[in-house]
Parts: sequence; structure tokens; C-alpha cells
Amino acid sequence: MFGRMNRRYDVVVVGGGPAGLAAALGALDSGVSRVLVVEREPEAGGILRQCIHAGFGLHHFREELTGPEYAERFVTQVMDRDIDVAPHSYVTGLAVDSSGHRLVRVLSERGGLATVECRSVVLAMGCRERTRGAVRIPGTRPAGIFTAGLAQKLLNLDGYLPGRRAVILGSGDIGLIMARRLTLEGCKVEGVFELMPYSNGLTRNVVQCLDDYGIPLHLSTTVTRIHGRDRIEAVTVAPVDETGRPDAARAWDVPCDTLLLSIGLIPENELSESLGIALDVVTGGPKVDSTLATSLPGVFACGNVLHVHDLVDFVTEEALRAGRFAGEHARQIRRPRDAIALVPGANVRYCLPHTLSADRPHTVYMRAKTRMSPCILRVGNLLERRLRFVVPAEMIHLTIQPELLERFYEDRLQIDLLPVDGGGVP
Amino acid sequence: MYDVAIIGGGVVGCAIARELSRYHLRTVLLERLAEVGFGTTKTNSGIIHAGQQTTPGTLKGLLEVRGNAMFDQLQRELGFGFRRCGELVVAASAEELASLERMKADGEAKGVPGLEMWDAQRLRREEPNLSLHLVGALFAPSAGVINPYEFAFALAECAVQNGVELRVEQEVESIALRDGGGFRIHATVPSGPGAVQAGLGAVKAGPGEDSVAGVDVEARFIINAAGVHADKVAALVGADDFIIRPRRGEEYLLDRRLEGIVTRLIFPVPTPASKGILIIPTFDGTLMVGPTAHDQDDRFDVPTTTEGSEEVFATVRRLCPSLDARATIAEFAGLRAVSDTGDFIIGPSRVPGFFHVAGIQSPGLTASPAIAVHVVELVGRAGLPLVEHDQFNPHVAPPARFATQSHEVRQALVEADPRFGRLVCRCELVTEAEVHQAVDHGARTLDGVKFRTRAGMGRCQGGFCTTRVMQILSRRLGVPFHEVTKRGAGSWLVIPMAEDREAAMTEAGGMSAGDTTAGAGEEAPCSDA
Repeated sequence: MFGRMNRRYDVVVVGGGPAGLAAALGALDSGVSRVLVVEREPEAGGILRQCIHAGFGLHHFREELTGPEYAERFVTQVMDRDIDVAPHSYVTGLAVDSSGHRLVRVLSERGGLATVECRSVVLAMGCRERTRGAVRIPGTRPAGIFTAGLAQKLLNLDGYLPGRRAVILGSGDIGLIMARRLTLEGCKVEGVFELMPYSNGLTRNVVQCLDDYGIPLHLSTTVTRIHGRDRIEAVTVAPVDETGRPDAARAWDVPCDTLLLSIGLIPENELSESLGIALDVVTGGPKVDSTLATSLPGVFACGNVLHVHDLVDFVTEEALRAGRFAGEHARQIRRPRDAIALVPGANVRYCLPHTLSADRPHTVYMRAKTRMSPCILRVGNLLERRLRFVVPAEMIHLTIQPELLERFYEDRLQIDLLPVDGGGVP
Repeated sequence: MYDVAIIGGGVVGCAIARELSRYHLRTVLLERLAEVGFGTTKTNSGIIHAGQQTTPGTLKGLLEVRGNAMFDQLQRELGFGFRRCGELVVAASAEELASLERMKADGEAKGVPGLEMWDAQRLRREEPNLSLHLVGALFAPSAGVINPYEFAFALAECAVQNGVELRVEQEVESIALRDGGGFRIHATVPSGPGAVQAGLGAVKAGPGEDSVAGVDVEARFIINAAGVHADKVAALVGADDFIIRPRRGEEYLLDRRLEGIVTRLIFPVPTPASKGILIIPTFDGTLMVGPTAHDQDDRFDVPTTTEGSEEVFATVRRLCPSLDARATIAEFAGLRAVSDTGDFIIGPSRVPGFFHVAGIQSPGLTASPAIAVHVVELVGRAGLPLVEHDQFNPHVAPPARFATQSHEVRQALVEADPRFGRLVCRCELVTEAEVHQAVDHGARTLDGVKFRTRAGMGRCQGGFCTTRVMQILSRRLGVPFHEVTKRGAGSWLVIPMAEDREAAMTEAGGMSAGDTTAGAGEEAPCSDA
């Protein structure tokens, strides 16, 4: 029930975005009955609430939805199946009592600072945007510098334009979407500037959000200086060499009153860190086994808090699984311990989960370090797939069936992305 | 007519205002920016120096040691963030060790308490993350870290509570000598009406004060505490006996994850130009590194630079190799007011009644309370009657910080005021009640709330809290959402969407931020194996 929060649950889900909502449903599917979703906003749905453009759900629902529509389908199911959702609520900490129950501390206006007891916890806090400080853009500190997501929230949820003449740094998907959105609202977008020689967003977004509107994408170019005392007045941009160093001789100034930053997302793991959960330095999220359990017993993770996804459909898939395993854990069902470490090899930035077992199918997610076309995906000496191309911006997923691991007796399985003509095929 | 007008609401002007508020006087504090402490003070390194690094025999050296000793009582009265964490001046060679020995002797002669020489072994035991190349250090236990903006806010609030009038967004344009003594100060307002900040509410320009043409303020004495603009202000009455040259310093604030890497202030051996680039374990737990020191002519332009960032990290990594530029969450720069005399300029000018408090560069923050006592004494000697107020209240209520409280205290806070149950800033755990408190205590802008509550200072740098804080400010100040500013005139944040554009919000088709078909091409790698 929306707005209800009892003192005892089987599973508590931290975060009511797409990951949290699916995790709650997954938990219920596993046979538990008491599930709570803790959400800091007044409504569930997470970042999808401000993603008013279409294009969500092509994998999961086989149809094209807007962000709020995609979220609504899950909110409706959550409400129909009597899952409790506590809005305006925030998890401040987690402890374990002497009988092994998890104690979740929840802060809210209505409930004060409450303690909720449960057997399993699912972390689904999502991610946050990288800011100016993280990339150290030199210059002054005027008003008018926003992360793309904050600008999207101001525009789509609050009804305010961030400015009239914008420059966008970084070609992440939110930045591309905002380039189109601002243009439609009458704000002139001077261009999108990307440090890397390729876009960090999906190809489709580059075409549909920039090309279709005549907004230039400047690759291998970055903002080297911010100008303006009270409000931003201009930025200096410059091409960069292969090492990312700007060439000051070829720099030029772009007058603007707004700078949007779309320079990457970081899993939001302050709570995980405060609990002492082991994190992966590459993904920025928890280390998880094949049940998506973290290093803290009874605590699971899924969605963008685990690793940054580009498609919400995969968040949903991952979160349904995490919820099911969390529910099983609450019912004291135990799975065999994983015996195989999954290790990123050539041109693989990361792969998840960190370990596998040989008793059931596993979905593995991974990202390439650099573009490769065509490409061989090799899983140890068990499997090879030919891929037309891989790019860092698009996550790769793979299902490994148990038959494949039946006669695998090693403890380490490496995944490589190899060039086709580079001797990758034995 | 006021008895005293103070020009400049930085930490020095605010300290003087509070000191004057002990007496039966009419005092006005004029500040150019939207709030006090928004200039050099806000960008200060936040160090209360022990005093051994300053040249003996200077006014600086004298007021620094005196000022340092005043901070424990000031902290009890005003509740700003302050901790005596101690400082280490570290040596990388035998020559540097020898200069630390001289520094120790100088410091002891000035009365700096508790100075100790540490050998390499002691240094490693106390600060194990410092470079293995360091051979020893001078330890000064009385040094500390402070949140300089909180200090300025509290000083100003205390002064206002004891009768000082604070006028913000007042830029002094001319100063005329009045017939019969005293001065007439003409101040213009950068944009919009100037506010008289008194008690809880901001009061618009008074009756008869034309907010476009500016306002006139008459005063018997003027104290010029205008920081990097002090020589320009002095020139308005022909008292420009010195030149101020701004010296820019860049600072880099690092992620809270690095908390505890060092526990004391870490200084290199100083050079004549600067105390060097240092590692500052701030009061709030984050590490800060900087500042650089580069002279410039512009008094408004405060950029950070690529060169500055490289200089800072190259230098601090020699002291502590694990400090990485990638841990930066925010960067900023400030201007030191460096005078051509090499020392503080405090006292009467050649124009009777016009007093200088100029050239207050490092250790100006440390010295500020002692400067205030010193200058009030000098103005008293020049004829200002100093009759003590028996109603003077030295205390201001410190803000209730939800984030730093125990579970039990948090529970009590939420029970007493449910607004403590509404989270506004998730990185620094700031609640709605604290934002309201900040407004009660004088915050008028997004930065005013940020520097009073820490909302927006954490790793997401305002991504989450900006709209929440803007909504509260809009309600509390009685202005539309889009009139809330970052830090006053000109720093607007958003434009309201015209109503006729509402229809256009239903966007024509297209794909999405997170969504498209097929991850990696026709031979999709999502097949079962």
C-alpha cells in the first residue's frame, strides 16, 4: 500500500526507481509476502519520471513507452500486489541484530526516524551525475552550469528553462536528449562537445536528437575555460590530441548563458560504503555473486547502483532476479556457493556478476573498453560469438547455460573481446 | 547619522561590526555582495595559524598570535565550525630541517605555545600517509581549521542582533566630506533594491531611498575594510596611501572518501611569497589542497586554471603521494588583498575620521578578531565614545546539524520538528528544517543556504538539492521560483517557460536516453549458449 510502513518485513528495497520496483516484484514472485520499498521522492518511478521522451520498453514490453509510462506499469503492479511503498523516506543506515535480522533506519516526515526489521535488503539507489569538479573545468564559478539531469528535472518536472543559449559538454544520453528538448523549447543549443573521438551516447540518440535538429557534435573537443562573473557568458572550447590534451592554438570561444554537463554517471554507493560492502573500483558498484548478493550477508544490489546501464529494460531484468534471490534468502533458501570467478580480459572494461556457479543459467553483463568492429566475444575456451561491433556506450549481455559449465573444472573464467583478424579465432 | 560605517562585510568587517556592537553606537555595515562573507572570506583556506611562520616584529605577527588565542571563546559564543587539529611544517632536506629549527625559535619568542620538532620516525607514526622522503617536521598544536564563512555569518548575525544595521548589495560609489564633520557615502545597488538585513526578514529599501539612484549613508567615522577594493575605496576620499594587488589562490576540494588520510594541516617549508601549497583536513572532514599564489590586476576575475590544478597536485603529491586529482569534487579560487607595504595597514588615514583596515592577507582570518579589537581601540582614541552596552549578547544559536547527531538526538529532533524528517541534501544529509534555519539566520541565496547548511557541498554538487532549496527560498522570501539566485544580482538560475509553450511540451516521437534496440549489432551477443 502506498504510504504504509510497518515495523517488520521479509524484504526491504532501498529506492523506488525502475530497479527497486522490479526488485520488489521479484521478491514477491519468490514467495515472500511482506515487501517494503523506501523512496525519497513523493512518488515512485525514479529518474523515469522526468524522462518524458519515448523509447523505453522495447525489450521488456516489446513496445515503445515514455519513461513515466514505463514506470507506471511497475507502480501499478506494485500497488496491485500489495507491496508497501514509503514515499518521502530515506534510509540513513542499516544494522544487524543478535538474531541475524537486518534493522533498516528510515527517516521520514511522517514516521520520524523509524527502525524497520527485515531478513533481506535490496540496494537500488541508482546513480548520480558526474559534476564539474570531477573533470576540473578551469574558469570562473558563475550560475548557469547544470548537470544535464538537473536541467531535465527543472524543465520537465518544474517547468523552467535553464537558459536561452546552451552549450552541452559530453555526449552522454541525457545530454543528447536535452539538446533536442531545449531546442524544442526555444533554447538555442550551440553544440555538443565530446572529449572522446566517439559519442558516449547511443548512436540512435546522436541521429535523432542532434542530426535531425542540425545541432553540431564536436568530437575530440572539450571545454577548456568557463567565463562570466555572475552568470556564465561564454566557454572556450578546444580540440584535444590522442592523450586528451587541449590544443590552445586551435581554441575558440562560444558565447552562451548555460552549460550542461553530460559527462558520466556514478553509482550512488554512499550507503553501501557506510555498511562496509566491498565495491568494484571499475564499476563503482558492489561486488556481487551470481545471486546479486553483496559481500554483506542478506544484502543484494541491482540496477544503476550496481553498474550504470544504458537500457532500463536490462535494469528491470537484473532487478527482478535480485528481488527473487533476496526473497529466497528471506525464506532461508540457500544457493550453492559460486565456484568460478568471472574475470574481464582483453578489451573488457568490466563484467558482472563477479562469480558464477555451474548449476543454473547466468546472465552476464559487460562493457567494452574501446570500439571494435567486427569482434569476437570469447568466454574462456567454452564459447565464441562473432559480433558486428562493440562500443563502450552499449552494454553487452550474454546468457551462459549450465551445460557449458558442466565440465569446466577451473576456478577462473575470462571474457575477451578480440579483433577478428587479430588471431583471435583459434 | 551613524557613528560608524564599515565598508566591506568580509570576515574583518564583520568582526569589527560585532566588536562595535558591544558599545552604545549606531553602526552600519555596507556590503557590495548579496550576503556577508561572499568575497575573499568564502574562498579562504580556513586555517587558524599558530603563528610561528610569520615574520617577527610585524603587526601581522603580533595580531596573529593574539587572534589565535581568542578562537576558543569565540567558538563557544558563535558556534562556527572550528577544531584545533595542529599543523606540521614538513622538511624534505637537512637545510629545511635547519630552517624549521629557526622557525621554532622565532615562534617561541612570539609566544606560540607547544612547538615541537618531530623526527622522521615520529612523523611516520603520526601521519603514515605522508611521503617517505620527508625527514622531519615542526609541530604546532595550537593551529586549527575553521569554516571561515560560518565565522563571518555568525559574527554578522551577532552584530545585527546587538543593533548593527547590515546593508547588502550596496556598492560604495562616492564619499563626500560633510560640512560640520563626518562623511556622506553614496552607494548604488547592483540590481534591484538593496535590502536592510535585520533580524529575521529582509527589508526593502527604506522610504525615500531611491533604489535605482542608490542610497546615501552619513557617518562620523568610516572603517575601510573593503578587502581587494580597499585602495579604490580609500581613493574616494583621497586617502589612498597604498596599493592593493590581488593575489589569486586556487583551492581543490577532495571527496570525503579521503577523510583521515592526514589528520593535521600539512605545510611545506614556506617561501617569502607564500606559505606554500598545503593539505587541509577541513572541519567538515573533506580534504582541501591549495592555494596557489599568482598576482593579477583584475579585482573580480577569480578563475581556476589548468596550470593551477597541475601545480597544486604536483606539489601536494610530493607531500602525500596518495592525493589524486581525480578525487576532486569542487574547485574554486579567491583573491588575497596584498598591500605594497608588506604588512597589515590598520589605523587612521590622512583624512580625519577615515580608518584603514587594509592589506589583510594571510594570516588575516586568524588575526581578524584581534584586528577588530585593535581598530576599535584606535577609533576610540580618535574620539569615538566607547560606552559599553549592558545588553550586549555575545552568543548566537549555532545551527542544529542533523548529519552529525547520534541516532537518539536525531530522533528527538524529528519528534520536535517534523521538517527534520524531510531530507533536502542527500550527500551531506541536510534536512528541510536546517534550510529554514539558514533563512532565519540570514541566508537569501542558494549559496547562502549552501554555506550555512552544506546543502550542495557534497559529491553531487547540488544535483539533488538545488530545486528543493530553490523552492524553500522562493516560499520563504516571497519571490517567484525563477527569482531565486545563486548569489545575488545577475546570478539568475532559471527562466519560467511561457504558458504558450506548454502545448509544445508534448514532444514529437523519438528515442530515448536509455533506450534503443539491440545492444551490439545484428549478431546480438544476447543469445543463449
